[in-house]
Amino acid sequence: MKPSMEINIAGVKFRNPVMTASGTFGSGMEYAEFVDLTKLGAVVTKGVASVPWAGNPVPRVAETYGGMLNAIGLQNPGIDVFCSRDLPFLEGFDTKVIVNVCGHTEEEYLEVVDRLADEKSVSMLEINVSCPNVKQGAIQFGQDPKCLAEITGKIKDRAKQPVIMKLTPNVTDISEMARAAEAGGADAISLINTITGMKIDVERQKFALANKTGGLSGPAIKPVAVRMVYQCAGAVRIPIIGMGGIATAEDALEFMLAGATGVAVGMMSFHDPETAVNVAAGIEDYLVRHNISDVNEIIGAVQV
Amino acid sequence: MTLAFPKNTHLTVNPGQFVGIYPNDQTALLPRPISVCRWDEKEDMIRLVYRIAGKGTREFSGAGWGDTFNVTGMLGNGYDLSEMAGKSVMIIGGGIGIPPLLELACRLKEKPGTRVTAVLGYRDSNMFLREEFENASYRVYIATEDGSAGTKGNVLDAVREQGIAGNTDIIAACGPMPMLRAIKCFAGEHGIKAFISLEEHMACGVGACLGCVVKTKNVDEHSHVHNARICTEGPVFDAADVDI
Ligand SMILES: Cc1cc2nc3c(=O)[nH]c(=O)nc-3n(C[C@H](O)[C@H](O)[C@H](O)COP(=O)(O)OP(=O)(O)OC[C@H]3O[C@@H](n4cnc5c(N)ncnc54)[C@H](O)[C@@H]3O)c2cc1C
Ligand SMILES: Cc1cc2nc3c(=O)[nH]c(=O)nc-3n(C[C@H](O)[C@H](O)[C@H](O)COP(=O)(O)O)c2cc1C
Ligand code: FES
Repeated sequence: MKPSMEINIAGVKFRNPVMTASGTFGSGMEYAEFVDLTKLGAVVTKGVASVPWAGNPVPRVAETYGGMLNAIGLQNPGIDVFCSRDLPFLEGFDTKVIVNVCGHTEEEYLEVVDRLADEKSVSMLEINVSCPNVKQGAIQFGQDPKCLAEITGKIKDRAKQPVIMKLTPNVTDISEMARAAEAGGADAISLINTITGMKIDVERQKFALANKTGGLSGPAIKPVAVRMVYQCAGAVRIPIIGMGGIATAEDALEFMLAGATGVAVGMMSFHDPETAVNVAAGIEDYLVRHNISDVNEIIGAVQV
Repeated sequence: MTLAFPKNTHLTVNPGQFVGIYPNDQTALLPRPISVCRWDEKEDMIRLVYRIAGKGTREFSGAGWGDTFNVTGMLGNGYDLSEMAGKSVMIIGGGIGIPPLLELACRLKEKPGTRVTAVLGYRDSNMFLREEFENASYRVYIATEDGSAGTKGNVLDAVREQGIAGNTDIIAACGPMPMLRAIKCFAGEHGIKAFISLEEHMACGVGACLGCVVKTKNVDEHSHVHNARICTEGPVFDAADVDI
């Protein structure tokens, strides 16, 4: 018998646990030609702000051993364009849509949240309080538990969709941040965002990125991400969406065994656009192989 | 390097377009953007000419017939052939910017009434692809940094020395950024339209990551800011539209 792949996060049902990670899949439009979007649990869109953001100077990306650094700086066309162009495109596909929201200030976050309130095609909001590449604001919400609980509460008061708070790994104790998000009323948390890193071109004796620092992602960060998901799973009751270097079904299963309900594929979509779809198929194969009838049985099932 | 695609791929290539080739080395995860130098339509093959710059290109250079690579493409816009057909086109290539222009020269040769003049800038007398440009163009001018052939200096030194800007309708250029900046300036002064092919570090190659942008004069239609994606809106831009 075919195992059940469906998961439920805050009352939203997903066809399978595998999503795209914000910023690595555009608005879905860029990859729709290569990937069957209806085989994904959800499309998570690039962070969107209240107005267009120009982002950082180039070079914005640099390859590293088993991963990459990015300092895009959250370039985005703003919520108006997003609602009039990107959302209608995604509405053409039978897939769940999670909109990633960014801002410099509380007001900016709330403006986007309000603007999305009546968009029926948006299943959940993911609040990026963790981007390491934007100088002003933003990450302070993600690095100070009091600020995080506060902004979570304010967003929850206004949001019509369930809210995921996306956590940064650039903290001393991630479980404290998870608890703060839960205390603020978050419906779920997602982690990890990228780990702040740096690369220097020794021949040219220059920084590889114009921003000097960037966020590290890819297989190189996976063990850190799995550890953090495990810690958070022990700290909170709300569901967790795990990400960081997922390339294969085995990688995704590590996250789920550690306690993640959903998983997201990030930069590996750049390596192979079909990674997320293959991960979903591989999880199903695994369930068959292990005679497990429901994917929910493996969540947090790692044995001590 | 020549890439043969699986049977019935039915490639179509616009000159100036590029592919993303993935190293098989699984620690190097991003595609390497390399422009198409020549396209063999009948055989579904493309030829790439590249410089060994690091990990990926070193791996490619060690590959032989029968080795396989994952490739995405065709990527980017390429040069607008219809805009150049029937005109006097000056193709300016510098260094490793020369190969991507060969397909353009060959395709323009097939367009009646089009006159292609090529100006190629090399470091020294290692003048790769020179003969192929000679077969595809009306005239080829050479500049070498060390003066071992043609004009001593850069491509614009050759253009000035030969006095060949006068009857040019369009410039198509590819090469290092200082050369492209000088061409943008030169074309502006002479009222010549110039299309330049830009490079930037890329992660996705398909417009999703916003890693590869160039500043634009006007607000870009896709991004709604003064940034265009080189992999998608480019790599070929009207020099007057970009801020380089
Ligand atoms: C649109 C486009 C077309 C190109 N066409 C050609 C061509 O026809 N012939 C040719 O020799 N080169 C071309 N290049 C440059 C070529 O992409 C780089 O030399 C190559 O990616 C280097 O890879 P590597 O693994 O050998 O070097 P590494 O230094 O090991 O690469 C590390 C990372 O940096 C990136 N990178 C390094 N140099 C460049 C660069 N100059 N531009 C963009 N990314 C870079 C790599 O893709 C990789 O992600 C082109 C670049 C672009 C953007
Ligand atoms: C190019 C790029 C852009 C990103 N943009 C965003 C973003 O806009 N918002 C966000 O919350 N996370 C963003 N991220 C972080 C990813 O969503 C993800 O958390 C991180 O890359 C770890 O997953 P991975 O290792 O699978 O890539 C971005 C990552 C990359 C590589
Ligand atoms: S390389 Fe990702 S947008 Fe151009």
